[in-house]
Amino acid sequence: MIAEFGLASLWLAASLAALQLIAAWFGQRADGEVLARLVRPAAVIQAMLCGLAFLMLLWVFARTDLSVLLVAENSHSDKPMIFKIAGAWGNHEGSMLLWVAIMALAGGLIALIEHRLPEKTMLATLGAQAFVGLGFYAFLLFASNPFARISPAPAEGNGLNPLLQDIGLAMHPPTLYMGYVGLSIAFSFAVGALLTRNVTPEFARVMRPWILGAWIFLTLGITAGSYWAYYELGWGGWWFWDPVENASLMPWLAATALLHSASVLASRDALRTWTIMLGVIAFSMSMIGTFLVRSGILTSVHAFAVDPTRGTFILALLAINIGGALALFVVRAGTIAEGERFAPLSREGALVINNVALSAVLGVVLLGTLYPLVTEAFGVRVSVGPPYFNPVSAAFVFPMLLVLAVGPLLRWRRDRLARIRPAVIAIAAAGLAVLLAMWLIAGLALFPLLGVSLAAVVAVAAFLPLRGRSLARLPLPVWGMAIAHFGVAVALFGMSVDSAFTVEKLTAANVGDTVAVGPWRVRLAAVEPVAGPNWTALQARLDASYKGGAGQLLAPQSRTFWAPPQTTSESALLTRWNGQLYTVVGGATADGRWQLRLWWKPFVTFIWFGGVLIGLGGLLALVGRVSVDVRRRVATRKIAARRAEAAR
Amino acid sequence: MTAAFKPKHQRLVLVVLALVAILAAGALAAWALKNQASYFYIPSEIVAKPPAADRSVRLGGMVKAGSLKTAPDGVTMHFVVEDGKGEVPVTFAGIAPDLFKEGSGVVAEGRMIGGAFVADNLLAKHDENYVPRELQDMSKQQVRQTVAETQ
Repeated sequence: MIAEFGLASLWLAASLAALQLIAAWFGQRADGEVLARLVRPAAVIQAMLCGLAFLMLLWVFARTDLSVLLVAENSHSDKPMIFKIAGAWGNHEGSMLLWVAIMALAGGLIALIEHRLPEKTMLATLGAQAFVGLGFYAFLLFASNPFARISPAPAEGNGLNPLLQDIGLAMHPPTLYMGYVGLSIAFSFAVGALLTRNVTPEFARVMRPWILGAWIFLTLGITAGSYWAYYELGWGGWWFWDPVENASLMPWLAATALLHSASVLASRDALRTWTIMLGVIAFSMSMIGTFLVRSGILTSVHAFAVDPTRGTFILALLAINIGGALALFVVRAGTIAEGERFAPLSREGALVINNVALSAVLGVVLLGTLYPLVTEAFGVRVSVGPPYFNPVSAAFVFPMLLVLAVGPLLRWRRDRLARIRPAVIAIAAAGLAVLLAMWLIAGLALFPLLGVSLAAVVAVAAFLPLRGRSLARLPLPVWGMAIAHFGVAVALFGMSVDSAFTVEKLTAANVGDTVAVGPWRVRLAAVEPVAGPNWTALQARLDASYKGGAGQLLAPQSRTFWAPPQTTSESALLTRWNGQLYTVVGGATADGRWQLRLWWKPFVTFIWFGGVLIGLGGLLALVGRVSVDVRRRVATRKIAARRAEAAR
Repeated sequence: MTAAFKPKHQRLVLVVLALVAILAAGALAAWALKNQASYFYIPSEIVAKPPAADRSVRLGGMVKAGSLKTAPDGVTMHFVVEDGKGEVPVTFAGIAPDLFKEGSGVVAEGRMIGGAFVADNLLAKHDENYVPRELQDMSKQQVRQTVAETQ
């Protein structure tokens, strides 16, 4: 019953999306007032129904209702409850339902609270949101029904891929999806603005909190995904340029550019068409990412099922949405009046360079990700990895970071170099000092050397805009910018130091042997069997001491799951303020020794601290923007009330 | 020309700037892809036409039965990858994936150095749902065919 109830909710939600689209379309006409009034309620009810459908899916997973095909294929009654529930989106159909549910909720939310833009623009925006939503409803209902039944119901389910049975899974996809799908709002706003020829600073101000929200989730989702890959995959790497990772990086790059150009539009009424273009591109990248990940065209832990019809379906959706929006852009872009002008040396000028560089990196990543698909069409199989991505993206990121250091110091509209000269000299001195010190003392290779120096430059520069201002009265968004930029420096420092100073030890050890890795002495104390709820494992007990200090216990495992049967390596980590000891245990050799792989990774945790700081900066900016909006709203309401009283 | 552009010029300048950057990115990317993309080889191809030693490539095939030997250090493995028409010795130091065994398929990432393949990484089948793309094709077509040819 529950599954049928969920399916019915989904169908109803889809029909409300259709109603929303039709009402928004005809509501634009002079005689369409009645229909226009339907649009917002339709969006809100659609959101509730879609949310309800998703709750029903959670319910069947929580109860392990094996008569539902999706549960039978992906769950197991032995699983801990948290993984039963998280398993609801650990598969293709469930994750698509999550996608649609978040998209409907976002649409419902703007329908409910956003009243600043002209109503016609809002109608067009909600219509666009419904249009994109309808495509995904169709995909769910016709090609990926999550509520399909199986008869007879099997006695036991197939279980969930053990790699995914991790608390990271419970949080990673929902976080990332909020980012992906949150960008659909920017897309719909852009389409709405194009349709009604209404591109104003107000439009950017309305759009900005939504972009910020999506961007925060994307930032945290990517950070968490990177950490998850780092400790779960047991290779000691934190970014593999895997197409699936790129699929989340590309929307982030576009959203980062959009965030900055929207702030130019909001503050200075410049970069109008460019901001619209980025709004379209950001969500297009989300959709391309979904296509790459879900179509089975790429093989990875994220491609749950290889089904060509689904790939074709998503490809068609992609072509309609992106092609339609770009065609609209081409037709309408010329009619958008030029914004305010500015001198090359100005805040706007720096942000233009930021945008161009981010777009270039986006292009580089997109080309590298799609290249293997293109060559395969010609029968040549290649893979594109770090030797391509690292240097080519660095070629654009490094200069961009220099502009990042100087840009926030510049005034809007026009500025003189002489005014900021002392600050630039301070920044350059910090960078050169670190560069020389690292080069002479540590003798780093080119990329880590540049990375560490630029990290110093950005770290110093991040807080320079706060100089001479009252810190207590500084607006939150300025704090947000400083902290986010500082986060970039922290992450870059972690990446550079990790690549330069990581020590690796690969060996086979007898029980009782001690292995040295960097400043650590690691003793293999014992290897013992252990059992979990749905796995058994061989667990090594390692006694690690840092520079002769007291021993600390690590217990990496080689785990065997029985549903489905599969073996995974569970790494064990020991975190200090200045880095992590990373340990993996392999199999036994013929003479009874145990394979051990140990890494000492100095300051590797800074990579993710940096990511969290960037997200935190975004959060501060969001809180600042929203609280100003709320205050303004309360004030206008008070004024209106007073006026009404006076009139009485 | 003064620093402040006329409105019409400013848009033009920005468009040109963006185009130049995108073209530069495209050109750099194309050049790097040509040089850095790692090609996929099967043993008979890699023996006939070995890639340069500084070039990272992928090698896919079957691990020859009886060829797997572990060095005295316990972590370096030597084995032979074959496709029925050719075979190539492979060296790998590290913890092998769990489903790596003789007689099954493997994709190795690494370089061809002096007639032997030095692997940095081995991709083996993780589970039913996660098969390296090249391996999928290998096991279905070439491998079955090559095994049939050798018998």
